[in-house]
Amino acid sequence: MSLLKLDNVTIRFGGLVAVDSVNLTVEKGEILSLIGPNGAGKSTMFNLITGIYTPTEGTISFNGKQISGNKTHTIAAAGIGRTFQNIRLFAEQSVLDNVLIGAHTRGTWDLTGSLMKLAPWVRKEEGELTEWAIECLKQVDLAHRAYEMAVNLPYGEQRRLEIARALALKPDLILLDEPAAGMNPQEKQVLLEMVKKIRATGVTVFLVEHDMKFVMGLSDRIAVLDYGVKIAEGKPEDIRTNPQVIEAYLGKGAVH
Amino acid sequence: MGALQSIVAMVDPYVLQILVNIGIAIVLALGLNVITGITGQLSLGHAAFMSIGAFTSALITIKLGLPFGLNLLLSGIIAAAIGAAIGYPILRLTGDYLAICTLGFAEIVKVVFLNLDITNRALGLTVPPPKSPIPMPFYVWGVAILSIVFVCFMKESRFGRALKAIRDDEIAAEAMGINITRYKIQSFAIGSFLAGVGGGLYAHFLNYINPSDFGFLKSVDILSMMVLGGLGSIAGTVFGASVLAAAPEFLRFMAQYRMLVYGGLLVFMMVFRPNGLLGGVNFTDLVLRAIGRKPATAEINERHNKG
Amino acid sequence: MLLQQLINGIALGSTYALIALGYTMVYGIITLINFAHGEIFMAGAFVGLFLVTVLKFNVFLAMAGAMIFCMIMGVVIELIAYRPLRKSSRLSALISAIGVSIFLSTLALMVFGADAKGFPDTAFPVQQVKILGAEISTLQLLIIGVSALLMLALEFIVQKTKIGKAMRATSEDYNTAALMGINVNRIISFTFALGSSLAAAGGVLVGLLFNAVSFNMGLMAGLKAFSAAVLGGIGSIPGAMLGGLLLGVAEVMGVAAGYSSYRDAIAFAILVLVLLVKPTGLLGQKIQKKV
Repeated sequence: MSLLKLDNVTIRFGGLVAVDSVNLTVEKGEILSLIGPNGAGKSTMFNLITGIYTPTEGTISFNGKQISGNKTHTIAAAGIGRTFQNIRLFAEQSVLDNVLIGAHTRGTWDLTGSLMKLAPWVRKEEGELTEWAIECLKQVDLAHRAYEMAVNLPYGEQRRLEIARALALKPDLILLDEPAAGMNPQEKQVLLEMVKKIRATGVTVFLVEHDMKFVMGLSDRIAVLDYGVKIAEGKPEDIRTNPQVIEAYLGKGAVH
Repeated sequence: MGALQSIVAMVDPYVLQILVNIGIAIVLALGLNVITGITGQLSLGHAAFMSIGAFTSALITIKLGLPFGLNLLLSGIIAAAIGAAIGYPILRLTGDYLAICTLGFAEIVKVVFLNLDITNRALGLTVPPPKSPIPMPFYVWGVAILSIVFVCFMKESRFGRALKAIRDDEIAAEAMGINITRYKIQSFAIGSFLAGVGGGLYAHFLNYINPSDFGFLKSVDILSMMVLGGLGSIAGTVFGASVLAAAPEFLRFMAQYRMLVYGGLLVFMMVFRPNGLLGGVNFTDLVLRAIGRKPATAEINERHNKG
Repeated sequence: MLLQQLINGIALGSTYALIALGYTMVYGIITLINFAHGEIFMAGAFVGLFLVTVLKFNVFLAMAGAMIFCMIMGVVIELIAYRPLRKSSRLSALISAIGVSIFLSTLALMVFGADAKGFPDTAFPVQQVKILGAEISTLQLLIIGVSALLMLALEFIVQKTKIGKAMRATSEDYNTAALMGINVNRIISFTFALGSSLAAAGGVLVGLLFNAVSFNMGLMAGLKAFSAAVLGGIGSIPGAMLGGLLLGVAEVMGVAAGYSSYRDAIAFAILVLVLLVKPTGLLGQKIQKKV
């Protein structure tokens, strides 16, 4: 059974068809990349999967259960973590607090926990959550920054912090929206290794990225989206030579 | 209890009155701070929840004669329940609409109280003394300190982190699995609870309440206290409430031109000191330093430099 | 009888529409509820009153004077209280707007006192006209006429002039408009000027209608007008006109049906209902959540 399955998913905004009848599966344990020109509907796909948008037609299922139509927070709690293309950190809060918020679904004490904050059982959970959060920060090499304000981190580290925050959810599937954007080649190389390690811990990775070198070096499979339509899917070496893909990127005539 | 009475008797009644005003203001402003400062939802109807608490509390004393502690608890719970019921539909709205809706709701509450027989319509209610052996000033400050401790605990807990996440970025908060509607409603209910309790204290301290006392200007009053101290800051709220509750007593200018000053203050603070007059001052560190301990941040830094 | 109430409602509703236009235009461009808009309306009424009683202007000249005064006032308010906060959170801007509103109404209280002031009877001679069995006063005709004229003028400015086009572009997409070389600051100032002048005209008309001008008239009228703007669809100019009229009629009908003590609550009930059922209002466009 596939981990994530998009079945004939379409979304229209007014007259615009942003995603058009897309069928796609993400298999457990793989790294799948979604590529395509600007405005192809890649981020919209992520927003569909995480329930920010609801598909006009078609269904999305995760672990065999339909999730399309569910609220964003229940989809997250079901085990899908994500990052955002335009970084959405809790800027004025500490790095650690950002990750602790990511670990929200790992905790149980709510309002009653606030009333009994000093009780040993509440403090025990807080301690466990904090340790888990630090562990997630270590995975992206940011543990030493735990007590700084998120907004004060350099851009590349902010992107990594978003990944740590998504990992704190203990997701089965993590969606990375342009994780390497704005990074220099060295940072990209470091990130590439990090993502591989994350996959090695059993997390399935689905990412959107523009940097071809990064995508080719990382992905098990690649899917290509153009004007909301999936035009190709396959192994990196097949995608590289696929004439339809080259045409989508370079325009008609480039293949001839 | 006799000892408490004699302590109260020793303090100048004028000073006592100011202290009680400050205590009540702290409870009210903390309630608003939970909703607006910590969760980021601007409520302009805080005075309405205060009035719900005030009238409930007054009626409980008049009709049922319950002990004051139970009375305040019930008043708070009723205000919170109404807050949650109102919050359920309107908290789905974004910032500006929410502000207007709370304001509209407050006006409706005022009109309803002005037209109900049980609240004595426009004549208002005379409130008998509370059923309690503890003198009022102690009661007020007891409640104020409990509120401060509770909000401090809450802010730094899993629950409080969820609220702050909603304030900073609703979409990201949702993507972290936070049920934003539920948390907003709970935050609104907590704020309304504190407003209701503050209203109960207010009613019994003043001995007289009138629906017209709880209009838009009262909400602005509370808002100004919070803004002066800094949105989301608890120490700041205590500071703001103290300053603005005491100022009219000391400054003739403040007594005469109070609302003018508040209006100017709101604009000035937002433009020049959005984090509050004392924004950026770390109160926990100050307290720790004062009692001769190292500030928490220094400790953390040391730990990391070693490791 | 029904016709009579309808006309009363339309006259009242036209004034709501005039105020609502200012809310909707400002919201359309900088997505801020200009809380001080009701106080601008109040200031317009006082300036009109001053020009009529002290300087013995006729009603039309006084209205023009009030409009010019409030134009400047609106622009200055934006400059001092909103422009520095354009990059801040919406919460900050909203709190600042509330501050301006409180400041102005308190100032008016101190300058003019707490009592409502009336226009002298000579300001506008009121006569009753009978049309199809309904008693209509010349004052109501004046209100409806002036409102219609001003709204037509606004529609012309927004649709046909160059600055109107720039306004619509800025409202559509603030950043793109700025990139296209539109001076966004100037457009925002112009929008405030336009909206404020309409509110001022509304202030003078309401002052005549109820024969009362007071420091606290802005809050309630402002809230009702805002409700009207939301009812019509915030950001939509025809929506504000429609919303204003509907709200005026609903209020008058509600009072006629015997709910006069809940008169002010009617607007809010409508507001809350609209926001819950159709937040985009009658003529508003669906706003896509930006991620």
